[in-house]
Amino acid sequence: MNDKNKTTPKKELVPRQPMPEQPAEERQKNFKEVPYGYSPETAMIEARRCIQCKKPRCVAGCPVGIDIPGFIKAIEDGDFPESIRILKESNALPAVCGRVCPQEDQCEILCVLSVKQEPVAIGRLERFAADWEREHGEVKLPKVAPPTGRKVAVVGAGPAGLTVAGDLIVKGHEVTIFEALHKPGGVLVYGIPEFRLPNEIVEFEISNLEKLGVKMVNNVVVGKTFTIKELMEEEGFDSVFLGVGAGLPWFMGIPGENLNGVYSANEYLTRSNLMGGFDFPRHDTPLKKGKRAAIIGGGNVAMDAARTAKRLGAESIVVYRRSRNEMPARIEEIHHAEEEGIEFHFLTAPVRILGNDEGSVVGMECLKMELGEPDDSGRRRPVPVKGSEYVLNVDVVIVSVGTGSNPLLTKSTPGLELNKWDYIVVDEKTGATSIPGVYAGGDIVRGAATVILAMGDGRMASGAMHRYLMGEPEEEPEES
Amino acid sequence: MFTITKKMNLSHDVHWMDVDAPYIARKAQPGQFVIVRIGVTGERIPLTIADSDRDAGTITLVFQEVGKSTMVMGGMKQGDNIDDVVGPLGVPSHIEKLGLVVCIGGGIGIAPVHPVARGYKEAGSKVISILGARTKDLLIMEKEMVKASTEVRVCTDDGSYGQKGFVTNVLEDLIKEGAPIDVIVAIGPVPMMEAVSKLTKPYGIKTVVSLNPIMVDGTGMCGACRVTVGGEVKFACVDGPDFDGHEVDFAELRLRQRMYLKEEREAIETLTYMSE
Ligand SMILES: Cc1cc2nc3c(=O)[nH]c(=O)nc-3n(C[C@H](O)[C@H](O)[C@H](O)COP(=O)(O)OP(=O)(O)OC[C@H]3O[C@@H](n4cnc5c(N)ncnc54)[C@H](O)[C@@H]3O)c2cc1C
Ligand SMILES: Cc1cc2nc3c(=O)[nH]c(=O)nc-3n(C[C@H](O)[C@H](O)[C@H](O)COP(=O)(O)OP(=O)(O)OC[C@H]3O[C@@H](n4cnc5c(N)ncnc54)[C@H](O)[C@@H]3O)c2cc1C
Ligand code: SF4
Ligand code: SF4
Ligand code: FES
Repeated sequence: MNDKNKTTPKKELVPRQPMPEQPAEERQKNFKEVPYGYSPETAMIEARRCIQCKKPRCVAGCPVGIDIPGFIKAIEDGDFPESIRILKESNALPAVCGRVCPQEDQCEILCVLSVKQEPVAIGRLERFAADWEREHGEVKLPKVAPPTGRKVAVVGAGPAGLTVAGDLIVKGHEVTIFEALHKPGGVLVYGIPEFRLPNEIVEFEISNLEKLGVKMVNNVVVGKTFTIKELMEEEGFDSVFLGVGAGLPWFMGIPGENLNGVYSANEYLTRSNLMGGFDFPRHDTPLKKGKRAAIIGGGNVAMDAARTAKRLGAESIVVYRRSRNEMPARIEEIHHAEEEGIEFHFLTAPVRILGNDEGSVVGMECLKMELGEPDDSGRRRPVPVKGSEYVLNVDVVIVSVGTGSNPLLTKSTPGLELNKWDYIVVDEKTGATSIPGVYAGGDIVRGAATVILAMGDGRMASGAMHRYLMGEPEEEPEES
Repeated sequence: MFTITKKMNLSHDVHWMDVDAPYIARKAQPGQFVIVRIGVTGERIPLTIADSDRDAGTITLVFQEVGKSTMVMGGMKQGDNIDDVVGPLGVPSHIEKLGLVVCIGGGIGIAPVHPVARGYKEAGSKVISILGARTKDLLIMEKEMVKASTEVRVCTDDGSYGQKGFVTNVLEDLIKEGAPIDVIVAIGPVPMMEAVSKLTKPYGIKTVVSLNPIMVDGTGMCGACRVTVGGEVKFACVDGPDFDGHEVDFAELRLRQRMYLKEEREAIETLTYMSE
């Protein structure tokens, strides 16, 4: 099936198929998803662009090693059920990854087509197959193996934890997910906004897990409600997976950061997405909408916050220390943000936030920067330009300069080995922590990373957990 | 779902509520709190665990109607369900055997100070509690506090019960009597905790206050609850809620608590509108 490269040379002439999307003027006033997705016809045209490489380079760029030519071939043939079957062999949440994966840096950047033209739209095709399955009620739940009598606790219902739960339930283990918030999904529901990833997609995946028998227990903070020791010694769990994410927001430590109207991106997005604050007062959680909002930072999180502020009616200004080239956000997100009229102040650093008598933000003093010598990361270090201070008139400031390890769980778990940044240390091949039977993966191991890496960690750990539960020896992982 | 197993009024806008939450009841310690979300459109609000009963599997919440969520809760009855209750959150109050501990509860603050007083007494300390209320009808949990303390002194702003004046007047008398106070725990409205801290600072008496900033998740994920203590920013939900009163930036806390004043009024208006 890989052997069609030479026979259809015309393929290369077909351009990468654009994905229709909501016009920018309209979408900046609503929270509906921006791109509409491919139609079956467009998907098949795009799928035909793939030349089905014998040694597909794209696969090497996918952290979970999806059989990319395989699932694309099935789309080309119009066999959508087969395509989703192939996807799900390696990826439990294709509808999510097809939307939020940084494809342009992972699978697509390696696609051979990108030498001469644009790469195959792997992410869009993945999204298409998953949406087709969901919208056509075609979802086939995998078969569950006979009960093994083993009990597994998954802590945290983000992508890492959901992957582990899905993998282990089909192997016949009893799986319970404990989630601290009142709703499962992790960053997928409290962080990433509706216009990029509709909540219903995550809800659908979770309902499928429940249909398979996974028990979802919300409102349990492990480390507080239960300790890991209690889960294993008193509640009878044989093995535990920790997928608690990297949720502790960093602030900058500049004057005025505790004024009213200054948010961490986590708080701002949680109030809007998880708590429905965009819909206040129909939802009880308030959110300062503001007239002009400054968003500090240049990552995906900053883009999400800026685009949310815009939709809530504020003029939205991104303030970033370095230049556009150094921005860590996905190109697509920056592009969408620009289209939506979000302003960018590059090479600009906040110095302090100014307030009035009531303690509310009335402005932010900034300093212009220029690029100096490269730093450790190889990026040119921004250095302040003397006397370039100016005041940005804003009434909301959203700090989006990164997150760190939340010590709540790790500090309550004696014997759990942490690195110097307080992330959990695991065996690279199994995800095993320093406590027997306890595994970990996702952002709490890597630091803030990506959805697909968290899922890849979950997949690896679930394999090792299964062997542990069945008393099988840890085999040498095969080289692929 | 968390079922309300008992509900009563303590004064016209203060309610007592027992909620079925066995896991939380088993772990709860003095000084800890839960976060409650009444229903799908509800806000997440923090409430101190005023008491817990491991055997019955219940926790007690005592709350005052101050805004939309607490008003809706005030209207709930025994047998009704609350969608979400999560906890126990926060660092438990430090409790040990000491010579003399003074526990001060102002208004609704008497409920959260109650388990702390009881804890100190059970540990073998002498506990003098000072209870303050605006007027006699608003004084809550006096009986419980008498049980939890060695001695109780009551004051009301208008003199309708106990000594006339504020808790700080009573405390000052106690200090002047030369009582050998090891630690003071003060819980109540921010101005009260601030006044107590100001009073005790020159005497160098250790003063613990329980801060109540606005919170969302209660697990250290959002930073809504940040307070400045000793010049450092802390997250009250995970680093507190108890802090050294002599180090707290009360002015900042007062401003931060007022962040959503306008929105809160709007929420109450929609509530009244909906119930009409
Ligand atoms: C705004 C935003 C946008 C992003 N955009 C992208 C993107 O476009 N593409 C991409 O690939 N990645 C993106 N990321 C990163 C990605 O979301 C994360 O890397 C990924 O979600 C990590 O998954 P996880 O399972 O490790 O943890 P999380 O998704 O963080 O989930 C952890 C879960 O554990 C729960 N939890 C924490 N502590 C406890 C406890 N003690 N007990 C019980 N439960 C607990 C949390 O409430 C949470 O639900 C974004 C992140 C943010 C914040
Ligand atoms: C750790 C802690 C323990 C608390 N314990 C108790 C208690 O035992 N009994 C009690 O009556 N009250 C307690 N409070 C205060 C209680 O949380 C607020 O009264 C409640 O949130 C008000 O909600 P509302 O919707 O009724 O009023 P709103 O109209 O929303 O608010 C009224 C006022 O309450 C405060 N507030 C609002 N939302 C929050 C929030 N999410 N978190 C904290 N404060 C908020 C604000 O200062 C606001 O001005 C505690 C607060 C904290 C932080
Ligand atoms: S999961 Fe992500 S990296 Fe892998 S093929 Fe899909 S879009 Fe590409
Ligand atoms: S590298 Fe590109 S063309 Fe080759 S198989 Fe992968 S997607 Fe298809
Ligand atoms: S309430 Fe969110 S960090 Fe404290």
